[in-house]
Amino acid sequence: MKKARSAAKEAEKISTFFNIYRDTDSDSIGPEGVERLCADLGLDPADRRVLLLAWKMGAQRMGYFSRGEFESGARALKAADAKSLRRAALGLEDEVAAPAALLAFATFAFKFCLTEPRQKVVDRETAAQMLHIALPRTEPHLEPFTRFLLEQSEYKVLSLDQWVGFLRFTQEVAADCSNYDENTAWPLLLDNYVEWRRREDAGGGAPMEES
Amino acid sequence: MNDRRPIELETGWSYMENGIKKLKRLLEEEDEQQFSAEQYMQMYTTIYNMCTQKPPHDYSEALYDRYKQAFSLYIDEKVLPSLRDHRDEFLLRELLKRWNNHKVMVRWLSRFFNYLDRYYIQRHSLHSLQDVGLMRFRDEVYVEMKKKAKDAILALVEMERDGEQIDRTLLKNVLGIFIEVGMGSMDTYDADFEAYLLAESAAYYQRKAAAWIQEDSCPDYMLKAEECLKAEEERVVHYLHVTTKAKLLRAVETELLAKYETRLLEKEHSGAAALLRDDKKDDLARMYRLFLRIVKGLDPVADVFKRHVESEGMKLVREVTEAAAAKKEKDAGKLSRDTGSAHEQQFVRAVIDLHDKYMQYVADCFSNSSLFHKALKEAFESFCNKQVAGSSSAELMANFCDNLLKKGSLEKLSDEAVEETLEKVVKLLAYISDKDLFAEFYRKKLARRLLFDKSASDDHERSILARLKQQCGAQFTSKMEGMVNDLQLAREKQQQFDDWKQAGEKELPIELSVNVLTTGFWPTYKAVDLALPREMVEGVEQFKEWYEGTTKHRKLTWIYALGNCSLKANFDVRPVELILSTFQAALLLLFNNEGGADETLTYADVKERLNLPDEDVMRLLHSLACAKYKVLLKEPNTKTIGKSDSFRMNTKFTDRLRRIKIPLPPVDEKKKVIEDVDKDRRYAIDAAIVRTMKSRKVLQHQQLMLEVVGQLQRMFQPDFRLIKKRIEDLIQRDYLERDKDNANQYRYLA
Repeated sequence: MKKARSAAKEAEKISTFFNIYRDTDSDSIGPEGVERLCADLGLDPADRRVLLLAWKMGAQRMGYFSRGEFESGARALKAADAKSLRRAALGLEDEVAAPAALLAFATFAFKFCLTEPRQKVVDRETAAQMLHIALPRTEPHLEPFTRFLLEQSEYKVLSLDQWVGFLRFTQEVAADCSNYDENTAWPLLLDNYVEWRRREDAGGGAPMEES
Repeated sequence: MNDRRPIELETGWSYMENGIKKLKRLLEEEDEQQFSAEQYMQMYTTIYNMCTQKPPHDYSEALYDRYKQAFSLYIDEKVLPSLRDHRDEFLLRELLKRWNNHKVMVRWLSRFFNYLDRYYIQRHSLHSLQDVGLMRFRDEVYVEMKKKAKDAILALVEMERDGEQIDRTLLKNVLGIFIEVGMGSMDTYDADFEAYLLAESAAYYQRKAAAWIQEDSCPDYMLKAEECLKAEEERVVHYLHVTTKAKLLRAVETELLAKYETRLLEKEHSGAAALLRDDKKDDLARMYRLFLRIVKGLDPVADVFKRHVESEGMKLVREVTEAAAAKKEKDAGKLSRDTGSAHEQQFVRAVIDLHDKYMQYVADCFSNSSLFHKALKEAFESFCNKQVAGSSSAELMANFCDNLLKKGSLEKLSDEAVEETLEKVVKLLAYISDKDLFAEFYRKKLARRLLFDKSASDDHERSILARLKQQCGAQFTSKMEGMVNDLQLAREKQQQFDDWKQAGEKELPIELSVNVLTTGFWPTYKAVDLALPREMVEGVEQFKEWYEGTTKHRKLTWIYALGNCSLKANFDVRPVELILSTFQAALLLLFNNEGGADETLTYADVKERLNLPDEDVMRLLHSLACAKYKVLLKEPNTKTIGKSDSFRMNTKFTDRLRRIKIPLPPVDEKKKVIEDVDKDRRYAIDAAIVRTMKSRKVLQHQQLMLEVVGQLQRMFQPDFRLIKKRIEDLIQRDYLERDKDNANQYRYLA
């Protein structure tokens, strides 16, 4: 009996929490509400932890939270106000330290970028930005790969397959690419990346400046 | 008579002893008569009696023993002393003599004592009299003398090797002893003689080889080696046992050939590479014969052969590329039609000749060995796929065929020569990995030959298609065959059109003939929207009318670029018949207006009225105003067409011929062909991937790659990267997916 009542109370608190930010003419939180929420959370909207929250909530659309998504997410995180939600967000960072969770989160991040209906690929600039948010800063391949991605011109967009391929790459391939085997099923994009890396590391480097 | 008292042992034995003494004297060649039949009978009977007497007078055992001893005594007495006294060849002779003597002794004694063989020996499973006799010699003579005998034999062998004559029969017979004392097994001969022979032979040839390799050239060395091997084989035939042959030859081959193979082959001025360079076929044949004997001995030779052929081929490639580059420099600025095509022809010819030459080598020198066929194939594959003067071999070969097959070809060959050459070219095609590229170039050229009636012989056309079909499969030639058939059908259609016109009393101001081609068979052509001259419009409309009456399911697309036209131009001096392309005719007809002969049109006018792109307009105007026959006058009178030029008819034009052909150089189709082939390859790879995955459902990455390459190999060598890219594309299009549990595996999506 006690549990049912406290559960109901909890649900009400969360609902109230949701209503602070909800849109005036729909039962969801829109971009404006998200901005206010972030402010209350003390987080920049482009902060990784905000994306983590979106992931936990199963948000389908970038910049929006439906009531269902928000409330079920808040319930799972046991957060009924801004302070506890912020705490939960910070905790999520630990959760995605584990490879499997990171993979799931980063895959979500890609799909989150598919804003147009029937969109299946993400342009490389957006992809590069999203990689910087989704992956931990300590990932050794993050910086070189995004640089490579923007330098090369063979692929102007990234597919989910290539994205997931890269995520697996970060987990399986050494920082200096020494254990990479291009005769396996890695996407061609990554074959190109490794080749580029090998040239760079051998001293290909940037063109000399005129003195 | 009844009183047959048993013979006492000593009594009987002393009687036998007399016989034995007599026998010994015979053997020592002392004056002695041979045994008479009576004496022999008495000897035999004595033994018989002594064996059949009742105990205790049955003396079989004692007699058997004394039989044995008879030999030992004689050996001790006479045989061994004599042998110990002899050396070298004399020892061998003496040994042989004593051996033969012994055999005689055994023969006689075993006859005398024969009765023992019948019962006593059988009953007690003892050695027969023959064997006993043999074993006595073996254990008492042979064992002591075998080493000296062996040394003596080997000394003679070495003498013979050094060129001296020796008594072969003696050796054969002495070795016969070694064999016979083995009593059915070769072990004695092997251990007491053969092993030493092999060791000494190896040592002997090791010494020789070490000297020869320094002094002799490769061919000279090989000659010596071959002679030695022949001599050793003969040696076996004449006096060694047949089982020695293989082992002896192996030992000699190892010392002479196996150990020095690398040094021999690599000798700078006379090694394998040099022999190939200098066309020394006999030496090469010898090399083949010799190294055939060594396990994997031919591999290095085949390798040298391959590298030689490869370098000869690469030389051709370089020569042609350089010559073409030089010519290009010389011709810089000139709008030359076929840059370096003469060189191209030469290249293909030279490759054919190279192939013939070295095929002959494989047959003559290398006994058609598959190892050398493979080396030749790999050599050709390596240089035939290099770019030559900026073109691929596939293109060059297609051009070569075109030259052979078209009318007015520079090569005036007999029918047989043409057939033979075509056969060789098709064979060379096997070495080209981009066969689909060849097919496409060939098809383009074939189209021109067929449509412009430039084919010299229908038989040759069909013959080469048959050869290509046989070599590369029906799919390779199906489109080309379609093209040839189309023309036949087109002629029929033309006849039908003419009949229809006549029946309907439809007259045309011009004579029109149309070739209806099946789109899928012919190369793709840009459909250009030429503004037809009014004179031609009516003809085209009429044909359309007739055609649409014959079929509801086909659509016609008009390719005027492939048409040709004959115009009668009324110049001031006299009329001249001009043979030109339809485009050129359309251009000239722009001047055929009421404005009269003085009408001037600018470049812009021409372009607008013809409705053609710049590149075509430039080409057309150039061919009419700046080339050999200037039927148009250009203002300003420069050598190239400018966009601000203006043109008018050259009414004063004339030529001594009544009928001239104004050529229009064809556009360089090379880039388009390569593009088309690349496109086709993408489809082919996609199809192969889908086909494979559909049948296997789940497949590992490397296996998929191998399958796809295997399927496409007949037409081209697919690039791994390209296959990977197509796989990813197919994943995007939901034909396949990556296996969730194994990232290196793919699954087919139904």
